[in-house]
Amino acid sequence: MIIEIGHFALILAFLAAIIQTLLPLLGTYRRDNVLMAVAVPAALTQFILLTLSFLALMYAFVISDFSVELVWKNSHSAKPVLYKISGVWGNHEGSMVLWVLILALFGTLVALFGRNLPPGLKANALAVQGSISVAFLFFILATSNPFTRLDPAPIDGRGLNPILQDPALAFHPPFLYAGYVGFSMAFSFAVAALIEGRLDAAWARWVRPWTLVAWMCLTIGISMGSWWAYYELGWGGWWFWDPVENASFMPWLAGTALLHSALVMEKRDALKIWTVLLAILTFSLSLLGTFLVRSGVLTSVHAFATDPERGVFILGIMMFFIGGSLALYAWRAPQLRQGGLFAPISREGSLVLNNLILTSAAACVLVGTLYPLVLESLTGEKISVGAPFFNMTFGPIMLPLLVAAPFGPLLAWKRGDIHAAVQRLYWAAGLSFVAIVASFALVERGPWLAPFGIGLGLWIVGGALSEIIFRTKLFRAPIDETWRRARGLPRSAYGTCFAHLGLGLSVLGIVATSAWQSEKVVAMKPGQAENIAGYRVIFGGVAPRSGPNYKELVGLFTVTKGGELVTRLNPSKRNFTVQKQVTTEAGIYNSVLGDLYVVLGDKLDAGGYSVRVYFNPLVRLIWIGTLVMFFGGFLSLTDRRLRVGAPKRAHAAAHPAPAE
Amino acid sequence: MYLRHAPFGFSLIFVFGIFLSAAGLSQTAHAVEPDEILKDATLEKRARKISAELRCLVCQNQSIDDSNAPLARDLRVLVRDRLKKGDSDTQVFEYVVSRYGDFVLLKPPFGASTILLWLSPFLVLGFASFILLRSYRSRLAASSTGAANSAALSDEELAALKRINEEDESPE
Repeated sequence: MIIEIGHFALILAFLAAIIQTLLPLLGTYRRDNVLMAVAVPAALTQFILLTLSFLALMYAFVISDFSVELVWKNSHSAKPVLYKISGVWGNHEGSMVLWVLILALFGTLVALFGRNLPPGLKANALAVQGSISVAFLFFILATSNPFTRLDPAPIDGRGLNPILQDPALAFHPPFLYAGYVGFSMAFSFAVAALIEGRLDAAWARWVRPWTLVAWMCLTIGISMGSWWAYYELGWGGWWFWDPVENASFMPWLAGTALLHSALVMEKRDALKIWTVLLAILTFSLSLLGTFLVRSGVLTSVHAFATDPERGVFILGIMMFFIGGSLALYAWRAPQLRQGGLFAPISREGSLVLNNLILTSAAACVLVGTLYPLVLESLTGEKISVGAPFFNMTFGPIMLPLLVAAPFGPLLAWKRGDIHAAVQRLYWAAGLSFVAIVASFALVERGPWLAPFGIGLGLWIVGGALSEIIFRTKLFRAPIDETWRRARGLPRSAYGTCFAHLGLGLSVLGIVATSAWQSEKVVAMKPGQAENIAGYRVIFGGVAPRSGPNYKELVGLFTVTKGGELVTRLNPSKRNFTVQKQVTTEAGIYNSVLGDLYVVLGDKLDAGGYSVRVYFNPLVRLIWIGTLVMFFGGFLSLTDRRLRVGAPKRAHAAAHPAPAE
Repeated sequence: MYLRHAPFGFSLIFVFGIFLSAAGLSQTAHAVEPDEILKDATLEKRARKISAELRCLVCQNQSIDDSNAPLARDLRVLVRDRLKKGDSDTQVFEYVVSRYGDFVLLKPPFGASTILLWLSPFLVLGFASFILLRSYRSRLAASSTGAANSAALSDEELAALKRINEEDESPE
């Protein structure tokens, strides 16, 4: 019964979305305030219905109702409750429901907190948001119904893929989707502005905080996925340039660009037309990501061709929204008023450079991801585009941006003074230089470029701190004066500082672990030891153990340094009985300098086990960096200036600001 | 730039279920096994470097260096055999390509069908820079009066402006 209610609620939500799309559009066309106002209750209704539907599905998973086909396919009664819940979105149908639910949530937030928005803009934005819902709800109902029943109901389910049964991965998709779908806000507002034919201050104020929220979620989502890959997949890799990763990385790059251009638009009323286009492009890349992952086109072009129903459907949705919005843009953009002028060397100029490079980088990832698919479908020729390609193209494109990043915040709006900025960066350059020399002196192996990479990372870190140091007159004024100034600085200044600081930390982690990872692949018998990076790893044998839905073989390793016990590591091979699948759990010891990473391999015919031992220097900085970036975004979101006169309550509700 | 290549794997993250027919998943990616490793450290290092650029043909976006599929193992052994026989890196690549085609290369060769692939990232950058420069010039020309005015600030005025800017706590 609850399942049927869920299904029914999904259908009603579809109808509510249709109303949310049509009536407000009609209202703005006829200048009818009553019709325009329908958008608000329609958005609320749609959200409540979708929540109901989603809860019904979750209920089916939690009580293990195997009469629901989706539950039977993706769950098992012996699975821990956490993974029963995460199983809801651990499959195609459920994840699409989550996708629309988050979409409706964003719509609801506009409906509730957009009281001070011009009614026309609000109605149009909600209508556009509603139209996306219509498309995806129709897709779900027509091709991916999560509520299909089985009769008779099977005794038990087939279980969730074991490697997905992991805490980081359980929450990875909701964050990722919040990011993807969050960009729909910027998109809806951009399209609404194009429909209205004007871009006003309210538009500018709305786009940035929402983009920021989406960007923060996407950052954390991608980071979680990479972290999971690092510890779960068993060889210490953390980014693979896999098409599915690229699918989430492209909107992130475009979203980062959007975040920066929205800044110019909000503060200086410039780059407006470009920001509108970028908002459209960013969400288009989100849609493309959804298409790539959901259609199955990545596994093989042929699989897509033989079972094209879902793929063609999403392709249609994607073409409609991207094509439609770009056509609207081409038609309306020339009528929009251009914003203020600025010199090339200025804050605006630096943000334009940021946009130029980030968009090109996104284009690079896009081409690398789609080229093999397009080439094969056009000529039948099969090529592979893997990590080496991206390292050779994406890297050089991004490099200038990393070098330039510290300058941006130090330049004044409209017309900047490059010499003054350079002077303020002297110490960061010095720090970076010392680091380069020290790396050359201390590390004898590894690529010769690596020390420069370390220098680059520290340059960004130093540059990020420079603005704060300069503006608080640290070391140049009495400490209480510095303290007073530090307190007086706007949160957004700290936001920029932390975001760039996080970038620098990630660069350091990436460079260090890529250049100086140590690796030992050895056959070990109990009692044998292996030395790596100053540690001695002693293999004590293996022991069996069992978990809730798996049996595992645990390797017993003792790690010593200079004869002293450092830690014991227990990497294991887990055998999931239901799926008859084996996963690896690495044993990781985290020291200040890096991770000692031990993986237990197969039993060898010659006796003993195949064992992999890695030392990954500074690898954690990669994820710590993303957390710092996230924190920077959060600080920026709580900035007073974003709250004053802007959708104040929306932020108070979504992200409670710390009391001042 | 320094991004290390490693294989597939992460694909599942976001897919999270669509390709979950557990069949093709080799998530316990235990690539090189102890018995494959060459005694000669220099040769082994070259072998690892080559392996990282060869695709495991039965996997999804995974190099043979990272895959535990039997075919990947065969290829790793083949690469090492060729190296032991004295092949140069290029000869090894040529040999593997002659048997499996360009598909095996994770770094596609520069050629007629891939010229767009290799150039387009830089073309996009160049084209966008060009558009930017042009639009900047035209806007500068359109408002040359405004530009002239601001350029005409005297040294004194500039100094005063700088002083004001520095006094301002939040120049944003």
